[in-house]
Amino acid sequence: MKKGSIRLLLKGDQRADRVVPPSGFTAHLTLFVSGAMAFLAVFALALSLASGRLADRWASELARAATLRINAPADQRASQTAVALKVLQQTPGVASARALTSEEQAALLSPWFGPDLPIDALPVPQLIEIVAGVPGYDSTGLRLRLGAEVPGAVLDDHTRWREPLVDAANSLRRLALVSILLIGGATAAMITLAANAALAANAQVIEVLRLVGARDRFIAGAFVRRFTFRALVGAAVGTILGMAGVLLLPDASEAGGFLTGLGFQGIGWVLPLLIPPLGATVAFAATLAAARRKLKELS
Amino acid sequence: MIELENVGYSYGGGELLSDVSMQLAPGSFHFLTGPSGSGKTTLLKLCYGALLPTAGRLSVFGQDMARLDRDHTAMMRRRIGVVHQDCRFLDHMTLAENVALPLLVSGRDPKSEDANLHELMHWVGLGRRADALPPELSGGERQRAALARAVILSPDMVLADEPTGNVDWEMSQRLLRLLIELNRMGKTVLIATHDLSLIRAAKSQVQARVLRISQRKLQLAGADL
Repeated sequence: MKKGSIRLLLKGDQRADRVVPPSGFTAHLTLFVSGAMAFLAVFALALSLASGRLADRWASELARAATLRINAPADQRASQTAVALKVLQQTPGVASARALTSEEQAALLSPWFGPDLPIDALPVPQLIEIVAGVPGYDSTGLRLRLGAEVPGAVLDDHTRWREPLVDAANSLRRLALVSILLIGGATAAMITLAANAALAANAQVIEVLRLVGARDRFIAGAFVRRFTFRALVGAAVGTILGMAGVLLLPDASEAGGFLTGLGFQGIGWVLPLLIPPLGATVAFAATLAAARRKLKELS
Repeated sequence: MIELENVGYSYGGGELLSDVSMQLAPGSFHFLTGPSGSGKTTLLKLCYGALLPTAGRLSVFGQDMARLDRDHTAMMRRRIGVVHQDCRFLDHMTLAENVALPLLVSGRDPKSEDANLHELMHWVGLGRRADALPPELSGGERQRAALARAVILSPDMVLADEPTGNVDWEMSQRLLRLLIELNRMGKTVLIATHDLSLIRAAKSQVQARVLRISQRKLQLAGADL
């Protein structure tokens, strides 16, 4: 459909809209449905944006840190550590590399073995903390080089931990997006039902209009305008309420973990404002399709 | 103006009209008569495209009715004013709005035609009832309002289905005079009625031809009426 004809369908005067009798009850239902759907859509959108942010954060924070573990006989440990540090310092993309002191290693182990662990007496591997620069290092290349020069070195870039977390956040985001699509579809379905009911209830009116020479466009326009306007108003109210609800959620905090920080941030606040026009568009298309179908049945 | 060639119309149960041929010339005045249920309303409906013939060819203003799409049918109806048997108003709109409805649906601004509307309402004697709702009107008022609505777009042709069906003799004379006046302005008029005295009354005032439906066929009635 051309732009011009959409404008023509939406443009109408109050006299033209009067040809369809006012209908209090279904009008309120349409308003309520589009409002409720917009409210839900705001939350689904907030969830999707927040889980997206979470996935990005986990991916980047964990990706920047890595651990090198040196499993070597006690007599070779120090020399291998030195070689490994040298290799790391020469590797482009490594911002810093530092061997953990024995006190730090003891602190890491104390939750499992208690504070009195004689760490020097145990064959505990030496750990080296690596912080990647920007851009990061090539972990495959580093592994190969370490494998050649420091046989006991094992590089752990936390992929094993990171992937399931990022996966979880990403599937949460996918679910939220699917929810938004479902909300849109359900809105279209309900508006279609309401429009069908209105068209059926006004079959007599439509017949009279056809008999005095009204084209389908005129008749469809009267219904389409009405439903589009109702959906727009309902969705606007729902969106405002939804955004207020999101605003009242607690801010992101360490203690709350990933459950907090579900709101919108910065430019994200603009996105929910797109819900009312989108809802109106869905209503426009659904009503137009319903009216066209129904009108074809009449002479 | 309207041309029927061997037109037939059948519905599920059987054939209502068969082999109907007629021509309505511009400016002519015709009555369509016949017993109840003989197919007068059906024939009128065929003429304004509410029904499509099941046989034969029907053309209106030189266009084959069967080939008109929905938009063209709508445009054709703006050139034919129809007074329906049951009037068909929008009950939530005032009488003036109902009469102006054809203006509205054809995209003309009813406001700029206010003077015309006013004049028309007076012509049919409903000047004072402009703000009444259709259910508040008497049978005669409804018929006159339907006539006003039928002619507001200044159509080339006026079709009236039993316009005097539920009004008294005096009112039917008044409606007839309005239709005769329209014919004198050059409109083609076709009136379906079973009221023979109405036809006799008209014959003294206008050159009217009478078509009679009998036994599914259309015949030109003789001068014996």
